[in-house]
Amino acid sequence: MSQHVISVKVENKFGVLARVSGLFSARGYNIDSLAVSRTENEDISVMTIVVNGDDRILEQVKKQLNKLIDVIKVSDHAVQSSVQRELALIKLNCPAAKRGEILQLAELFKAEVADISLKTITFSIKGDSEKIDRFVELASPYGIKESMRTGLVSILKERD
Amino acid sequence: MKIKGSQIIVQSLIKENVEYMFGYPGGVVIPIFHELYHAPIKFVLGRHEQGSIHAADGYARASGKPGVVLATSGPGATNLITGIATAHLDSVPLVVLTGQVSTNLIGNDAFQEVDITGITRPICKHNYLVQDIKDLARIIKEAFYIATTGRPGPVLIDIPVDISNGLCEFEYPEEISIRSYKPTYDGHPGQISKACRLIESAKKPIIYAGGGVVISNASEELREFVKKTGIPVTTTLLGMGIFPETDPLSMEMLGMHGTYFANYSVHNSDLLIAIGARFDDRVTGKISEFIPHAKVIHIDIDPASVSKNVMVDIPIVGDCKKILKEMNKEIKTPDIAEWVDELKKTKAEHPLQYEMKENDDIKPQYVVEQLYKLTDGKAIITTEVGQNQMWAAQFYKYTEPRTFISSGGLGTMGFGLPAAIGAQLARPDRRVIDIAGDGSIQMNIQELIVAAQHKLPVIVAILNNGFLGMVRQWQQLFWDKRYSHTCINFAPDFVKLAEAYGCVGIRVTKKEEVDEAIKKALSITDKPIIIDFVVCKEENVYPMVPAGKTIKETIMRELA
Repeated sequence: MSQHVISVKVENKFGVLARVSGLFSARGYNIDSLAVSRTENEDISVMTIVVNGDDRILEQVKKQLNKLIDVIKVSDHAVQSSVQRELALIKLNCPAAKRGEILQLAELFKAEVADISLKTITFSIKGDSEKIDRFVELASPYGIKESMRTGLVSILKERD
Repeated sequence: MKIKGSQIIVQSLIKENVEYMFGYPGGVVIPIFHELYHAPIKFVLGRHEQGSIHAADGYARASGKPGVVLATSGPGATNLITGIATAHLDSVPLVVLTGQVSTNLIGNDAFQEVDITGITRPICKHNYLVQDIKDLARIIKEAFYIATTGRPGPVLIDIPVDISNGLCEFEYPEEISIRSYKPTYDGHPGQISKACRLIESAKKPIIYAGGGVVISNASEELREFVKKTGIPVTTTLLGMGIFPETDPLSMEMLGMHGTYFANYSVHNSDLLIAIGARFDDRVTGKISEFIPHAKVIHIDIDPASVSKNVMVDIPIVGDCKKILKEMNKEIKTPDIAEWVDELKKTKAEHPLQYEMKENDDIKPQYVVEQLYKLTDGKAIITTEVGQNQMWAAQFYKYTEPRTFISSGGLGTMGFGLPAAIGAQLARPDRRVIDIAGDGSIQMNIQELIVAAQHKLPVIVAILNNGFLGMVRQWQQLFWDKRYSHTCINFAPDFVKLAEAYGCVGIRVTKKEEVDEAIKKALSITDKPIIIDFVVCKEENVYPMVPAGKTIKETIMRELA
């Protein structure tokens, strides 16, 4: 079992997301994260899928993805060869007494204050998954009221 | 000039040279049926949509042309599901048109509305919901293109009724290009040469060929390849006929109920040359011990089939016919005389066999053998699923492609009769025989009237043992003989049933009557014939490699 980041370039049409996700669900695979958006070309969307699984089965899933008529390109993005980012929104319990301490932690992670109330504070933080995991870990003693992540997006690095 | 969507549909089908269409009317497809009324397309009205789609499937397999189906929305569409899945697993080109409720009602749980593109997504090669009449002609063109190219399969087009009733200019695209769909046909020359060198140095090579050879019409090229190399051939169920089973180099069918010598040849080989086959579990048995000594060359048009179940040493992705042609140009004969002798000896020592003593009930295998003899092996055989299918595979010898038509991947009971109708329409020059069981035949028996209506001399040979025989066989061998719900001897009188449908019914209970009944059936050329062969109740299909087991655990015959 290992984690894979699969980037799938598809026709921007209805039903394509269901076709793609269906290939995973048909094999009993849970998708860890999925980010979909249009690209610079409005006819084309790109999906970044993060999934854990046996290498051989994932190889098969990639081939099956390639077989879908609406799939233009499938690539496996290794951490070393790609830039990977995600965004998280994290709402913490934050009584006035703790505010300074929490803001200090946030500064270390370059997390931005997105919202604040008397009892809570909401940060937006972006970066690779490891950075966000770490922030969540360190923030959790204060009490996470709610958190969500966009899912990873990934683009291949260029080297001349 | 603008014409109606329904006219665009029918005009497009005419442009695709559709000769036969199969299906069933309903509310939202009335506009299309309205245009079919005078169209130069022969419409075959089924009696259940499942029958229609299997008939289209049988037509496609027998002719090599795409089968075309039309059904209404809702239940009409859902009744097609088994047929779509059947065609998908066996790579049969179908274009399936379904009606849909009007676009403004979609998603409203309207009368006879189902999300058929959603339902069929995992069981077809591609599907479309037409949302704009301007896309209609292009979508039909694409559907035929996708269904028939690459690894073929069913493509469904869901057409809302307001699209059929709408108006649009009609121009049928001459050419089609889909940027995200470019099947590979030419094999990589480097891989082809590497494969040839490996074959030339092999000591114990075996060819394992499947339905892909049928689909790519590569039977001639395969035969030439065998002529040049002298390498023996085993085929899958769906590959039968691509290499004559009467040839000494034929090891016939492999797999769970394959011949012992076929499984022996594969298991002991040092090089497996897989051509248009996909290493199904019914072929491999326990996969880790399937080919302990062999390297693998795999020729297949579908990259997803390569190294899916068995790791491949030399994959060649492309069209079997083109690749075999290239290989035939450069291949040299390997030195394998010893191996071929070993296989011929094994074949002689372990033939397919069954026992039938003087006063025994008729053995089903004997019926199939007599069908083979009395048709000179020239019939097109369709089958149902179960023991009948396996005996039809084992005891009829196939020498030409597209003469054995059976639901291999999905194993669909009720396939054989409608498929026989489609095959008989495609091949009026040949007799078509559905080798059936008394269970399967009842699953789509309503289609008998279609065969009668079109005066098709389809012969339905029921191997009637009063059981769902294959399940009973498993219950006997692996489930303590607890025959839970497999005894179906409370059955219709198939002779009377034939007569009720305007067909000829013949019952055979004694061995001496078998030939006479078959001859009589063959002499009738204007209506279907049911022959109810009352056979031995508890005959089993052997050899049998139990599921997940190896050739070493093959059950050769009845244990005392």
